[in-house]
Amino acid sequence: MTSAREAILEVENYSVEFWVDGVWYPAAIDMNFTVNAGQVLAIVGESGSGKSSSSMGLMSLLATNARTSGSVRVKGIEMLGTSKANLRKYRGKEVAYIFQEPMTALNPVYTIGFQIIETIRNHFNVGPTEARQRAIELLTLVELPDPETSVDKFPHQLSGGQRQRAMIAQALACDPSLLIADEPTTALDVTVQAEIIELMRNLKDKLNSAVLLITHDMGVVADLADDILVMKDGFTVETGTADQIFNRPQHPYTQQLLAAVPKLGFAQARPSVHLDNAQPVLELQNLVIEYPKRGRIPAFTAVKDLSLTIFPGEIVGLVGESGSGKTTVGRAAIGLLPVKSGSIKINGQEIAGATQKELSGIRRATGIVFQDPASSLNPRLPIGESIGEPILLAGLAKGEELQRKVEDLLEQVELPRAYRNRYPHELSGGQRQRVGIARALALTPDLLIADEPTSALDVSVQARFLDLLLELQAELKFACLFISHDLAVVDILAHRIAVMQNGQLVEAGMRDQILKNPQDPYTQRLIAAVPVPDPAVQRARREARLGRD
Amino acid sequence: MSENNQNPNAVDAADEERDLIAKETVGLSQGQLIRKRFLNHKPAVFSLFFLIFVTLFVYSASGIHLNWGATPITVQGWWPYTITDIPETVFCDTSVGCPTWQHPFGQDPLGRDYFALVMRGAEQSIVVMLIIGFFGGFIGTVVGAISGYFRGWVDAVLMRFTDFIITIPAIIIGAVIGFRVGNLGVVPLAIYLGLFSWTGLSRLVRGEFLSLREREFVDAARVAGASNRRIIFKHILPNAMGVIIVSVTLMLSGAILLETGLSYIGFGVQAPDVSLGSLISDYQDSFTVSPWLFYWPGVLIILIALSVNFIGDGLRDAFDPRQRRQISRKELLKATFKKPADPTQN
Repeated sequence: MTSAREAILEVENYSVEFWVDGVWYPAAIDMNFTVNAGQVLAIVGESGSGKSSSSMGLMSLLATNARTSGSVRVKGIEMLGTSKANLRKYRGKEVAYIFQEPMTALNPVYTIGFQIIETIRNHFNVGPTEARQRAIELLTLVELPDPETSVDKFPHQLSGGQRQRAMIAQALACDPSLLIADEPTTALDVTVQAEIIELMRNLKDKLNSAVLLITHDMGVVADLADDILVMKDGFTVETGTADQIFNRPQHPYTQQLLAAVPKLGFAQARPSVHLDNAQPVLELQNLVIEYPKRGRIPAFTAVKDLSLTIFPGEIVGLVGESGSGKTTVGRAAIGLLPVKSGSIKINGQEIAGATQKELSGIRRATGIVFQDPASSLNPRLPIGESIGEPILLAGLAKGEELQRKVEDLLEQVELPRAYRNRYPHELSGGQRQRVGIARALALTPDLLIADEPTSALDVSVQARFLDLLLELQAELKFACLFISHDLAVVDILAHRIAVMQNGQLVEAGMRDQILKNPQDPYTQRLIAAVPVPDPAVQRARREARLGRD
Repeated sequence: MSENNQNPNAVDAADEERDLIAKETVGLSQGQLIRKRFLNHKPAVFSLFFLIFVTLFVYSASGIHLNWGATPITVQGWWPYTITDIPETVFCDTSVGCPTWQHPFGQDPLGRDYFALVMRGAEQSIVVMLIIGFFGGFIGTVVGAISGYFRGWVDAVLMRFTDFIITIPAIIIGAVIGFRVGNLGVVPLAIYLGLFSWTGLSRLVRGEFLSLREREFVDAARVAGASNRRIIFKHILPNAMGVIIVSVTLMLSGAILLETGLSYIGFGVQAPDVSLGSLISDYQDSFTVSPWLFYWPGVLIILIALSVNFIGDGLRDAFDPRQRRQISRKELLKATFKKPADPTQN
């Protein structure tokens, strides 16, 4: 493997700037790095650090209000400022991209085979039959089941993981020497993510291509990267081998970033808080929830025969992959969805079949924090009004008194009091999510439902948010149903964990029991698939997993 | 928390830091952002000023005439002639009634001052535009909001009714209305037309409501105990305002053309009152001999409709920040460079 050390991508003094209202704002500043054949360089950073812009700029794929400077050489050929025809020759052929969301990156009106064949025939002078043969070969390479028939399938006929495999096949169509993967697994479930990472590693070894991996997930980085470049606000903060960055980070920002990553199995002990004779805050019994049939779409049972109880002062983590029905449970628990059968009791009061009036009474004992901070606050209302709305509608306070209560709530979630006149778009994602908590806690509820509140946040913001949630819970002693796909986050918070798959409760129990000694095979698989942000540990886990399979 | 309590200075420092950040990030409200984007759209701003100017000019020239009810209210404008005056015809070298200093738009074959007629016609058009816009906008918003929010059978009934109205050609509705109420004056005509011109808007508003009602802030309001009415008016409607304002504006220029069209085929404003459409219709035969009788109303129709359209265009761009305008080369060269603090240097 002498050719393995050949430099594929050399970047020198490379900067990317964006024009906004007469000012150039830098997105990447003076970057220098080299990626060799058969090597993975991971660019790591939080949102807004410029990692995606810099990768798109490498092949001049940015919008018209962006400019790039410096030097980018692919196999020794300068790419910045070269002609469009030349760029087209290199895009797809020498440099291929894998995007985050395969559903939007694949054209829904063409079959995946058509899209792969298109890439091949753009660059090679081959006939349609030959190109199709090659497409089937590629789909076999990325281990898509049944490639002969899959080649004629449309993107919507494939699962998320299969789509991402098809995307990778398209990217590999011309044997590129450089593969740029922009958050390739972020939209995928952990078990699927593990498979895709495995696939990328195998392909890299097989094809000896250079890989530029852009991600925010330290677990993925630990699993895949040889070298790491840490970015913040467009600056390169630190570069080094995976071992150096993970075990001996030099820069305080890198240290802070690594410290903020939740690690599965390292959280503090959470002794049980539930008293045997206490009345449960939330009691679900044989709950069945069905989305009724709509036209030709048949009815879909999202939750099947689920029973779960939450006691006062207890945090229960509800874990599952996308489509498992965990969000449905959360929404049903506050009466936002009709119940097909079974019962939901909050503080002993039945929600299933309650009238609107009864519901609004019961809801006063609950609060909910939603997943997407961009959508959960009304963009036309100042946040003070959003927070104060439950208090106002419950008739507890108005005017001056309401303002004071809103300010107290802001104080509680560690936001300045003056923020009550701000609009949601003036706040960062983490701040908006705090506003979401303040609103949920406005009526001092007994039960807080948190539906993936941190999945849209950066790790360092997530860490602060989780600390805040723990502090508030210790202070106000509410019970909490914490819905998440991230086992490491649940590990930090929960007393008990419930695992869902396909609408059914697979396993439930005390946190340590579930995480350290899972009984159900699905739970075992789920825990094994979570990447650990430590290269050495991750390698050992990988080998163990492969050995078991 | 316990750490902070032991060290009050730390709390102060943290507060101070937060306030500093707060000052830096203080932004513009959404209204201000929209206004700023609108003011950057030069054709729209120009059109807005032009439309205001035309409206004031027309109304001050022709005066205000309200023959609504028993006692007509009339305020005389600064132009000396009215549409009923028949001053002496001025002769020119080739024809009669051509534009002169005394009669800048010329005179019609009867000798009436054409400037007074055109001003009166433009006044009618503006009134029709505003009334149709108001009624159409109001009904369209209500119907769209209700069917989009409640869905189910309410939606089915309202939308089928909307479809039914859409299937009747506008020209037939207009002809029937014009035939029935055209002689009552322009205001009743405009009101009746408004009652039939909400269909397009209601479909747009319904679509907007269907997507907005699925947003999480609506669920949050429902959990907080908000009633349907509060959710519709306080939470969803303000977010749909962009769509409503834009399409009502674009509806206005359609309204002008509808009224002119109706008056042209003789179903709109009836003599002795005039509108821009009836003027064109009356004098289309004089195109070869005295073309000014044809030009002035046409030019005014085009200018008003065009400027309303430009305003609508500007509003659409202002409400939809995703639509980026092309940046010119000059702007790119002129731009300054802002370098952030380097985190590697601390």
